[in-house]
Amino acid sequence: MTIDTLPAGTLARDLVGGELTDSNLRRYLEGIPGVDAVGLEQRAASLGTRSIKTSSKAWALDRIIQLIDLTTLEGADTPGKVRSLVAKAMVPDAADPTTPRVAAVCVYGDMVGDAVAALGASHGDPDQGGISVAAVATAFPSGRASLAVKLADTADAVSAGADEIDMVIDRGAFLSGRYGLVHDQIVAVKDACRRADGSFANLKVILETGELNTYDNVRRASWLSILAGGDFIKTSTGKVAPAATLPVTLSMLEVVRDWHRLTGVKIGVKPAGGIRSSKDAIKYLVTVAETVGEEWLTPHLFRFGASSLLNDVLLQRQKLTSGHYSGADYVTID
Amino acid sequence: MTFLEYAPAPESTGLLSLREAYGLFIDGEFVDGRGESFATISPATEKTIAEISTASDEDVDAAVAAARRAYDTTWSRLSGRDRGKYLFRIARLVQERARELAVAETLDNGKPIKESRDFDIPTVAAWFFYYAGWADKLDHAGLGANPAALGVAAQVIPWNFPLMMLAWKVAPALAAGNTVVLKPAETTSLTALLFAEILQQADLPAGVVNIITGAGATGRALVNHPDVNKVAFTGSTAVGREIARSLAGTSKKITLELGGKAANIVFDDAPIDQAIEGIVNGIFFNQGQVCCAGSRLLVQENVHDEVVARLKERLSTLRVGDPLDKNTDVGAINSAAQLARITELTAAGEAEGAERWSPPCDLPAEGFWFAPTIFTNVQASHRIARDEIFGPVLSVLTFRTPAEAIAKANNTPYGLSAGIWSDKGSRVLAVADKLRAGVVWANTFNKFDPSSPFGGYKESGYGREGGRPGLAAYLKPAPLGGSVGEPAAPAAPAMYAGAPATWVEGSATPMYVPEAASLRVHANATASESDVGAAIGAAADGTASAGEATAAAAATSATTASTAVPSAPSDTAAPSAATAVPSAASDTAASSAATRRSARKKADK
Repeated sequence: MTIDTLPAGTLARDLVGGELTDSNLRRYLEGIPGVDAVGLEQRAASLGTRSIKTSSKAWALDRIIQLIDLTTLEGADTPGKVRSLVAKAMVPDAADPTTPRVAAVCVYGDMVGDAVAALGASHGDPDQGGISVAAVATAFPSGRASLAVKLADTADAVSAGADEIDMVIDRGAFLSGRYGLVHDQIVAVKDACRRADGSFANLKVILETGELNTYDNVRRASWLSILAGGDFIKTSTGKVAPAATLPVTLSMLEVVRDWHRLTGVKIGVKPAGGIRSSKDAIKYLVTVAETVGEEWLTPHLFRFGASSLLNDVLLQRQKLTSGHYSGADYVTID
Repeated sequence: MTFLEYAPAPESTGLLSLREAYGLFIDGEFVDGRGESFATISPATEKTIAEISTASDEDVDAAVAAARRAYDTTWSRLSGRDRGKYLFRIARLVQERARELAVAETLDNGKPIKESRDFDIPTVAAWFFYYAGWADKLDHAGLGANPAALGVAAQVIPWNFPLMMLAWKVAPALAAGNTVVLKPAETTSLTALLFAEILQQADLPAGVVNIITGAGATGRALVNHPDVNKVAFTGSTAVGREIARSLAGTSKKITLELGGKAANIVFDDAPIDQAIEGIVNGIFFNQGQVCCAGSRLLVQENVHDEVVARLKERLSTLRVGDPLDKNTDVGAINSAAQLARITELTAAGEAEGAERWSPPCDLPAEGFWFAPTIFTNVQASHRIARDEIFGPVLSVLTFRTPAEAIAKANNTPYGLSAGIWSDKGSRVLAVADKLRAGVVWANTFNKFDPSSPFGGYKESGYGREGGRPGLAAYLKPAPLGGSVGEPAAPAAPAMYAGAPATWVEGSATPMYVPEAASLRVHANATASESDVGAAIGAAADGTASAGEATAAAAATSATTASTAVPSAPSDTAAPSAATAVPSAASDTAASSAATRRSARKKADK
């Protein structure tokens, strides 16, 4: 059996040196080298000073669009709003047909059916030119519900046609040191992502880094999520400040890089919340390319969770083509 | 093209208007040098940038005479507040012309524009702002009331941080009331001459700062000039030794900041990703042409393989090339001579059996280039582990226990800086306490702040630059009993107790350096240290009576301060100083914080 075909659980057991029990996980996660906050932030800041111009900038702007999970997560969401979001996802800039499509739309579980219907034939794998439907689940954003409710929430979204599930971890359990519980829940949710045909919806595990507070915690939670079989690790729900930051994303990318070095398996990363400008998004692309390598800059390994970012990228894109800045009224609000 | 081959992003040289030929800056005017002029070239392209004058002995005479005249008639008569105004003005002009200065520095020195833009020039401004704040507070410098300037200072600076070294020398000298004759390094005179234009812009009185260019002979004539009261030199240990020898028996005060072979110690519990960054920054910053570069990596043996593997991976992402490109990480070596020295020493490393590795990188055909290089399997006896290479070359050694790490780190004739990487605070403090190095960085490297004194042990020189000790290097205490009713001696903080009482005007012992009161680094010096160490040791003995515990506390707090907010660490840490200079300390801390803010603001633009 090659390393690629090994189930995540086997790799994880090899690494941890035993069953993924609470005490084994604790021993392993607490043995990981610490993070020096000053040094990490300095490295992120220095990556942020890269100067991306001309042809590199044009490539970066198009790629950012292709990596966006266009998101609406509001209590006020309606089928109409979701249809509007989907239309924007399919044709981000009506004035320029060369504009690429976004990777996915991200909605609450009960809106999955509307999103799927609105996408029609465009629904599909972003690597094949389609647009995926991602659903937040597991009592998003707080995650404060029983496991049964979380699993039902997940299974419901999957059966409605969601391709990707964005789950939240139990931050309370994590912060009180019950790593085994967090692990088991992720494993159970992953299992609930199984479709009738036996395939799985992609699982993004939201750490909610704003509540974990320290980089050491972010690093441990990242390891934990990967050991439990998450396909993506994601910074935030967007409902807690601070959401995604460059240093937090860098520390998660370092874990992904180390896991790849150890096992050959590539895990995705999704910063979400607070990334609003092209300038900021380009800093993330640089950080990904210089930390894990530019092969990570594809929809199945890197995403931006964002809503207002798209329009800023479109304005920058128009500026590159026309040579001058237009304005907010030259792109559609949704 | 892949994304990682970022499209070229060169900084424009458009805002730089250079003359074809530069004279000497003497008595407020540019005058032609009487020596033979020479070309200053860009080390990245070997193209000539401008013609530079050579100052003959007569020119040196004229410059020193101008400085003396300015000292006697103008500068020594100005109030501290007025001197401060000029320094603030210079600092602001440096900020205003920051981009221009950064481009000139990169062009002339070969360092990446991101370093000259984000580090060198902001640090220059910070130094002037910091010492501007001191100019009217000399009574609180710890030397008693009314400390006096020394007179004319002769300053000779190196080529690795041309304008920054100028600022380190000129700012404290002027704040303390001295006038200056400065000689930049032969290969990097350009920014010093642009700085002369800034002095004209600032309307600094004529002769207060004179800048003369030329090679070693000019520098020799300057430091040996009989009418010079103070010599400050930064450069190689060989030249420093020659200067010390030639000044022995004269009344000139002297500070020397010389070479280094810093140990960067990585323990097995270090925050690994940040340690890798720190190692890279420690040795590849400014192409390793840094006297305090972390050129000897001491790794705990059980993590050696992992550290080296990660280091190699990280090195492969370094971008070597056009220094003016904003994405360049490693620029050109400053001169053909320096490149030859690096090449020779690395060849010796291979010949002695160390394993050499460099990432694949295409070096430009023109100019002076050296690929980032690491040597593994290096033994303490190898030349590459002993000699200062002053290039992008890292020697990796291993250790087993903290005691061995300390012994290996100290086993060098130098003692300028050191780094410690560990997650365990108590170990960091304990090891820092035992390292004989002027600066110890904990979980960081190459951090500088005007409030933090910088200088070396042993062959790395003596005297301190930066902070209050850096100011004291340009001052002498008021003569005892000089001013009636002013209790000069009692006002002096206890930590300096030995110094004022034994100061002898015109002392024939130039080694006697009261500024050795840079407590934090000298607290561990023993009187048994040879030659230069003797003076330092004596000072340390004097301070020991102030209480060893406080000395150690000051040492450690100053050490660790470099990891976080370096607001006037050693100044406020000394308990006796706290009572003597509360206002001065807080003022200057505030001014340096303001500097950092404004410098950052500038950089953002």
